[in-house]
Amino acid sequence: MISQEDVQYVASLSRIHLKKDEVECLSKDLEKIVDYIKKLESLETANIQPTSHVLPIQNVFREDIIKPSLSQKEALHFSIEQHQGCFKVPKIIE
Amino acid sequence: MTLQTLTAHELLNLIKQKKTSAQEIYRSISSQIEKTEKDVHAYAHIFQNPKIEESRECPIPVAIKDNICITDKLTTCSSKILSGFRPPYNATVIEKLKNSGAVFIGHTNMDEFAFGSSTETSYYGPTHNPHKLECVPGGSSGGSAAAVAANEAIWALGSDTGGSIRQPAAFCGVVGLKPTYGRVSRYGLIAFASSLDQIGPITKDVRDAALLMNIIAGYDEKDSTSANIPIPDYTQALIDNVKGLKIGIPKEYFIEGLSEEVKRAVFNAIDLLKKQGAIFKEISLPHTAYAVATYYIVATAEASSNLARFDGVQYGLRIQPQKTRKNPIVDLYEETRDAGFGLEAKRRIMLGTYSLSSGYYDAYYLKGLKVRTLIKQDFEKAFETLDAIITPTTPTTAFKIGEKANDPLSMYLSDIYTISANLSGIPAISIPCATGKDNLPIGLQIMAKPFDEEMLFRISYTFEKNKNH
Repeated sequence: MISQEDVQYVASLSRIHLKKDEVECLSKDLEKIVDYIKKLESLETANIQPTSHVLPIQNVFREDIIKPSLSQKEALHFSIEQHQGCFKVPKIIE
Repeated sequence: MTLQTLTAHELLNLIKQKKTSAQEIYRSISSQIEKTEKDVHAYAHIFQNPKIEESRECPIPVAIKDNICITDKLTTCSSKILSGFRPPYNATVIEKLKNSGAVFIGHTNMDEFAFGSSTETSYYGPTHNPHKLECVPGGSSGGSAAAVAANEAIWALGSDTGGSIRQPAAFCGVVGLKPTYGRVSRYGLIAFASSLDQIGPITKDVRDAALLMNIIAGYDEKDSTSANIPIPDYTQALIDNVKGLKIGIPKEYFIEGLSEEVKRAVFNAIDLLKKQGAIFKEISLPHTAYAVATYYIVATAEASSNLARFDGVQYGLRIQPQKTRKNPIVDLYEETRDAGFGLEAKRRIMLGTYSLSSGYYDAYYLKGLKVRTLIKQDFEKAFETLDAIITPTTPTTAFKIGEKANDPLSMYLSDIYTISANLSGIPAISIPCATGKDNLPIGLQIMAKPFDEEMLFRISYTFEKNKNH
């Protein structure tokens, strides 16, 4: 059972301020989808290793050599708001 | 001249014989767009005055999915939250196409952030199937498949996380290839689910898919998950001969929900390949029934993490909160994300966050990763004795716009045949194999061992060569 409170909690973890009708709709949808996903419970997986990635790649290293990259000006070119070469955001600390 | 209806290899031959020019080809695409784009709506953004160089190796008009970065061109994942975003760099596949002289026509419409199987969740509105305008083109690369099918581009690039190249290719009657995970660089592809995403070609025929793979495939140090394995010349794999090849037919793919006409078309294709000497046998991929559930855990978990970067701070949309609810910066994140993401994006971010959250991680996310191992092992075992596996690409032909829009679960189940290839990382292709009722195309899916795209090309090419005889 996914209650509207659960949805509000997950929305706040996801940093989304949902409208009231979205909370109702998503609580019903998620309930249905999670119910469907529960079919995995019937599989015995105690001794199975998880696969988070299909290729046997680990620790991809490279030489520590500086290569051309974006300049600060280019990186900020399409920023929403900038100030003294940085992205500008509202006041964070009171 | 109807240059826009030709394939790239035909056009390149005409150029070689000096019977046409890059300019002329571009003009034929442009006028086709003028004619059909208002009905089809394949593009999210059409580029004005693209660079065309006659002397280049491959001046072919190509359409690019709206989630692949092109310097200074609007790249928005067909989402409001990326309104106005113009990347300061090219994706690696774009650099490679540029170096071959390709002509960039536009960014194609897609399901928002590639979340969908119908291109209906785009912020710009749906794309229509060129074969029947009331139907969806499939998704999420629906714009790319529709652009090629409507002759509004010669080639297109799509991305495939759970079928997003193959399913629209099947619905639109074109060829779509999802390469092996790691075959094509993901650098500059705006990530949906990083362990599943692959960029791949959408073309009119198999030879064009091989030509396009020759350009885009290969190791890239900018993508740490790209595989450092040499790339063959894929056109060498276009062999009209399947004698002695062992091909599996998984019984779990021919079940309730598969339409009669699709089933018949796939078995006709199997008969044709049998006549050409391929050896078929029924096999079992026992964990197939768990693939969709596994996918929606793994893909949404990764998506919820990848989409955390869209917060109104750096680029794209920013909603400036009018009053303080929590604190000014959190309000900015939350209101930007509420206004910027559509309902399906929210649904997936929420589902992913839920399965990763404390108390649910083991039951959902970890469980999903373990079942992913089982699904991958099914294929490893099957390929011990097989060269390829053949299935339908989709259970039905294209459905009507609006038909599944309000039922997320039934939309998710339309990817039932394509998802396993992403979970196990193997390459898979969809090729047109027949036309069903209402003139809607039917797709045949072929899967092979990791890094054996050549096997897909060989079987597809043999089918294509012999199907009209």
